[in-house]
Amino acid sequence: MSPPQGSAPGSLRMSSGERIDPKRRKEILLRIAKYIFRYKWVFFSVVLLTLLSDGVSIVGPALAGKAIDAMGIVKGQVDFKAVYHYAGLMVAFYVAYSVLKYVSKVIMIALSRNIVFNLRQDIFNRLCELPVSFFDRHPTGDIISRITYDTDTINQSLSQDLVSVLAMLTTIVGSFVMMLRISPRMVLIFVFTVPLSMLLSRFITHRTQPLFRKRSALLGTLNAYIDEMVTGQKTIKAYAKEKDVVREFESENDKVVEAYYKADYYGMMMGPCVGFVNNLSLTLVSLMGAFMYMSGGISIGDISSFVLYSRKFSGPINEIANLYGELMSALAAAERVFGLMDEIPEKPDAADAGVLSDVSGDVEVRHVDFGYLPGKTILKDFSLDAPRGSLIAIVGPTGAGKTTLINMLMRFYDIDRGEITVDGKDIYKLTRESVRGAYSMVLQDTWLFYGTIAENIAYAKPDATREEIERAARAAKIDDYIRSLPEGYDTVITDDAANISKGQKQLLTIARAMLLDANMLILDEATSNVDTRTEVKIQQAMRELMKNKTCFVVAHRLSTISHADKILVIDDGKVVESGTHRELMEKRGFYRRLYDAQFE
Amino acid sequence: MKLVTRYLKPYTLRALGGIVLKFFGSIMELFLPYLLAYIIDKIIPKNDARSIYIFCGLMLVCSALSVTLNIIGNRVASAVARDVTRDMRNDLFEKTVYLSNSQIDKWTIPSLISRMTSDTHYVYRTVGWSLRMGVRGPILILGGIVMTFALDRTLCLVLCCMLPVMALIIILISKKGLPFFTKLQRSVDEMVRVIRENASGVRVIKALSRVDAEKERFDGVNKQVRADENRANMTVAITQPASSLILNMGLVLVIVVGASRVNAGLSEAGAIVAFLSYFTIILNAMIAISRLITMLSQMLASAGRIDEVLQDPIPQKPEPDKGESPGFAVEFRNVSFSYNKKRDDLHNISFSLKKGESLGILGPTGAGKSTLAALMLRFYDADAGEIYVDGKNVLSYDMPALRSRFGVVFQNDMVFDMTAEKNIKLWRDIDPISLDTAITTAQADFIREGGIGQAIASHGANISGGQKQRLLIARALAGKPDILILDDSSSALDYKTDAALRADIKKYFDGTTTVVIAQRVSSIKSCDKILVLENGEERGFGTHDELMKQSELYAEIARLQMGEGESL
Repeated sequence: MSPPQGSAPGSLRMSSGERIDPKRRKEILLRIAKYIFRYKWVFFSVVLLTLLSDGVSIVGPALAGKAIDAMGIVKGQVDFKAVYHYAGLMVAFYVAYSVLKYVSKVIMIALSRNIVFNLRQDIFNRLCELPVSFFDRHPTGDIISRITYDTDTINQSLSQDLVSVLAMLTTIVGSFVMMLRISPRMVLIFVFTVPLSMLLSRFITHRTQPLFRKRSALLGTLNAYIDEMVTGQKTIKAYAKEKDVVREFESENDKVVEAYYKADYYGMMMGPCVGFVNNLSLTLVSLMGAFMYMSGGISIGDISSFVLYSRKFSGPINEIANLYGELMSALAAAERVFGLMDEIPEKPDAADAGVLSDVSGDVEVRHVDFGYLPGKTILKDFSLDAPRGSLIAIVGPTGAGKTTLINMLMRFYDIDRGEITVDGKDIYKLTRESVRGAYSMVLQDTWLFYGTIAENIAYAKPDATREEIERAARAAKIDDYIRSLPEGYDTVITDDAANISKGQKQLLTIARAMLLDANMLILDEATSNVDTRTEVKIQQAMRELMKNKTCFVVAHRLSTISHADKILVIDDGKVVESGTHRELMEKRGFYRRLYDAQFE
Repeated sequence: MKLVTRYLKPYTLRALGGIVLKFFGSIMELFLPYLLAYIIDKIIPKNDARSIYIFCGLMLVCSALSVTLNIIGNRVASAVARDVTRDMRNDLFEKTVYLSNSQIDKWTIPSLISRMTSDTHYVYRTVGWSLRMGVRGPILILGGIVMTFALDRTLCLVLCCMLPVMALIIILISKKGLPFFTKLQRSVDEMVRVIRENASGVRVIKALSRVDAEKERFDGVNKQVRADENRANMTVAITQPASSLILNMGLVLVIVVGASRVNAGLSEAGAIVAFLSYFTIILNAMIAISRLITMLSQMLASAGRIDEVLQDPIPQKPEPDKGESPGFAVEFRNVSFSYNKKRDDLHNISFSLKKGESLGILGPTGAGKSTLAALMLRFYDADAGEIYVDGKNVLSYDMPALRSRFGVVFQNDMVFDMTAEKNIKLWRDIDPISLDTAITTAQADFIREGGIGQAIASHGANISGGQKQRLLIARALAGKPDILILDDSSSALDYKTDAALRADIKKYFDGTTTVVIAQRVSSIKSCDKILVLENGEERGFGTHDELMKQSELYAEIARLQMGEGESL
């Protein structure tokens, strides 16, 4: 029995639909900045290049203005020499601009991919350190969505928007300086319009931020739903419920696209609104320019340059405003990414944690209490003693705590009270890896991955030779089957592994365990779908293999465990009986009743 | 591209409406420099303050109209993108649900998932952007050209010369980028696979201390994704610098040509100033368009991936009049089947079951037991022989009509992330009494204890293996099926519970034809008929007592399990 879902309110289950509080937002931005800062020299060189390219492009209109001034407003007075001179300069500057632009773009792309690469790497590494309980509680689809979609959104923002914004900032500052040089008085207009833009964007941000958060969260949910339904498609087909699933999906999908729309609905106001303010400034510039010209304060060439710069000044602001939606989604995505990274990993091993080595296999469990949920104890004052080389069978009704005991031995969950020792050493004073490594484990729920049969068998021992693999397969009685396949050991197991029966999958995982040279073995319903004859044959091989090794076997088919050195009968988290098969049969207690039930 | 246009079609009117709105919004913006030029050239020299006010007022009106039209246009664009994405994603999901097992194997699950999520997302993003910015961009460019044409035809022609060159470059670049983006999405599929496998195999990975190896594996796919991203994006990144360069060269040409024309008195300097303004607008529009090109390449790659799946034909259509064979609930007649079409997984199987009878199937691992069940449900079609359900050939059934007769629990059946109740009901209309009977029969009292509304985690991660099996059995029973198939679905139950389950099925589901596949003899020995399979062939058919005498295989298995265990 594993823990109920959603029991621990992890930070992943954030309440969507609220605004990110400013402190959190600052933290998120800071953390992204840290990732960027790992490449600070590259980053600064991109900034420099961008500055340079935009500095170069800023000169363009100035040269054009000069060229126009050289034309004058009267016919036949054009100073061709000057015009050509400026035109030549413009060509040079524009070529330089495009080259610089491309170089800076390429570097920025490489930089942003590296940053996102690191982000993904860090999330995945964190994922690897998370306790088993995390995966019991969180849908895979949502995790996938965070590592792929959310990082990709950040990626988009970094590579496209950050460089755009940076480029624009320099253009904005540059244009502003140029305008200031032409006419400080006209610049006063912006004292009025710039704060207006800021006010507007503040207002819109306030409204849209929760919408973007909701959008990301819902997309994660949809991903989880898809993952779930595609995995269970066989069941859906068997019940001919395709139509209903599709209908349910449609309503889930509706929610997602509606959230998209809602976020866009307000988010996309930003562009036009800021555009309006900019047009307002343009109008004011013309108005003021006209009056200043009439009073002789400015030349026509200057007005036109000023207008050009003011457009250069406002164009990027418009662009940034149009990118606004992307930036908001990136922020929401970053929050989800860091939310996953902030999940609490398995407690690190104590600094003085010993390494379990040369295991002989004395396992003792003393007075252990454990529950997945506080207040709901599964194991109560549980004790067992497994001397080295013994075969301990664990039986009992479903939900009695058998799998929970395995979870304790493997340290997938930490006990609440009591002590578990291996060779007399407290397993909580040993490194997790060495404790887990001391066992070979085969679970009822077989896990195979997309790869060849040989790769799957050799998973725990990648350097195994083909001969070793085949030997393990023979011991697990799956060799004949593998050989009957057209591709033999190189047959690829697909995601669904639809053409391999569950019994065969179990045999493959047993072969995998047989390849491992661990001193203790855990078989949790490992052969439940394997036929009895094969099982008997495997057990012979297994016993050969397990000579002098400690072995824990959970099984419902009692014939599987009747030869065990000790059978522990568990009910309701406690050992109610123990002994050999014969002893327990003679005792005519709980075990006997379980056993006799098969003849009813 | 065809795919996207197909999905856009129902919303053509709205999309056009949005375009029109954006069009007029952009036109309003284009008027601004025109008005400005007019002020500079015509009004300022006149020193006419009143006209200045009027024209500035006009500019203000244009700005206000532009903001309104643009906001509404943006919203319409987003709505269209929403609807297109919704339809496409729905269709893709629907298609996926109907794909056969071998088709799913072909596409692979991670890839199907990423097609439904990230690929559709790219379509959404691009459609939205195209309608918002993509429309505005070309309109600004086109409008800019029209306005410059009004200002000065010759200079405008100079500008227009640059456009074909630019178009060519854009087309070439996006063509080149497309395969790179397709490759990228394939790498993302691979990444999805690694994440999924790690989530589902966390216990095994940790137990075998393979965490570092998994990190390395992820590092590999992550690096691949990065390399593909770089190649794709760097390819399309050239769009903006290249088109800027061409446009800027046009500008220089305009100035050079303009100078001669001003000299000849054919143009005015003011016109050239306005010309430059339009030029800046066009240039800015180009930046937006070049971004769109990036998106477009990516979207085309994604649309291709979506379309691939949508175009995959669903086989298996009902074939009417395949003959009838009345009298039996289930009948197999000389059925053979092979997965790889090389070696038979089932060979020449015949048996028949009357309504209400029970059949037990026993046999070694890989004997073809589950395959037999899969054929009844038409997950696959037999290569030879006929299968009849209720006297009708399964090929003649409408698929839902066939499958809704069954209640089935598979070996690796799925428990969904839903409440216990919904997991049992599974979108069916189940009355409370049937639900209750199903839970009772399945011995699933834990559901009542925890409440019918208790949340069950995906794959049943929060319940024990035995509880999961009982929940699944309750699901199979709740629909009062004509035929119940239990494929090794009581292996995690103790004998007592298993016996109670059998007794209750007999008690409450008397008229139900039952097929039980099991490894435990005790689970099937009371069945009316037992089929013993080995290597896809029949090794005995009869009752427990008959088989104990007739089938060596059966007798041996029974002895191994039910003899006191001393034989071990």
